[in-house]
Amino acid sequence: MEIFRDVVKPMMAGFGITRKRLQHEKVTIQYPEEKREQFARTRWRHVLTRYDSGLERCIGCSLCAGACPARCIYVQAAENTDEARFSPGERYAARYEINMLRCIFCGYCQEACPTGAIVLRNDFELANYQREDFIYTKEMLLEPNKPVHA
Amino acid sequence: MRAVSNLLGKRGYGENGRLDIRIMPKRVETVVLHDSSTPILGDVQKGGNVVVTSLETLVSQARANSLWPLTFGLACCAIEMMSTAGSRFDIARFGSEAFRASPRQADVMIIAGRLSKKMAPVLRQIYDQMPEPKWVISMGACASSGGVYNNYAIVQGADQVVPVDVYVPGCPPSPDALIYGIMKLQEKIKRSSAKNLHDLRLIEVNSRDMSKETV
Repeated sequence: MEIFRDVVKPMMAGFGITRKRLQHEKVTIQYPEEKREQFARTRWRHVLTRYDSGLERCIGCSLCAGACPARCIYVQAAENTDEARFSPGERYAARYEINMLRCIFCGYCQEACPTGAIVLRNDFELANYQREDFIYTKEMLLEPNKPVHA
Repeated sequence: MRAVSNLLGKRGYGENGRLDIRIMPKRVETVVLHDSSTPILGDVQKGGNVVVTSLETLVSQARANSLWPLTFGLACCAIEMMSTAGSRFDIARFGSEAFRASPRQADVMIIAGRLSKKMAPVLRQIYDQMPEPKWVISMGACASSGGVYNNYAIVQGADQVVPVDVYVPGCPPSPDALIYGIMKLQEKIKRSSAKNLHDLRLIEVNSRDMSKETV
């Protein structure tokens, strides 16, 4: 009887907890196969957006570079002409570079942008082998042009 | 007649018309391990020595899928590194759950957090104590480049102290971003090529000679 009280009963209690836990929902996210749902305001990789007309929103004002606490944004502006028009305003960003290794994804650039050109989306798979690969140029950041409908 | 004997000579026959082993052409064999019907263990597909190549495939697979990290949490990135080992993200699925406090049993050093100049010699010494082969993941903006701390106290990138294999940006990188970095490192290890057995580094090549130290 003592064996039942000291050994069997506690063991059954322990297995009971295990059995109860087995019925719980699995918490592990099988990452490379399934990705977890990101929060609504997740800030990851930057994207330079366009207007519906296909023109770039960025006007090369460098306010994002000024707001950046890590100083990881470089903007070089150039004048728009009627022949080569990139953005609706007077100027556009001829060069737009972000050092993704310096960047701390604080989103201040997004807040500072007067035209809503730079936004932080939720692509987090940024790891790479070389430091040089983390200088993201304008071509890499710019949203692809939408197909034009007639 | 002389021309014929010259021709024969090139094929391994000497002046007297007998086989001469010294001038016989060496037998060259190239075995390509790529065949669509053969299942390939890793991403290694190349010609070369069959023994070394298949052994290397096996070894690199074993290494890539049992990367034991060294706990090197220096700042807030370490919280995310710990969370990666938790049940929600579960780094054990990649064979890396065994975080080692001793560098002697670790394969990969995850530098998580800003590396101060005072910490740099310590980091280097811990790295030197790790046995070959060893890899380094630089986790987060501060470890990779200094991040916002562009000042006198912080090393502007851990690659100034140790060779870094994979950089993971983010402040801090989320656990899935770190797992992506580990997957990148696994890819790199599987791609590694060894020309001979020495390159495989099955034994520690640069082991410390203890006999010289005891003076």
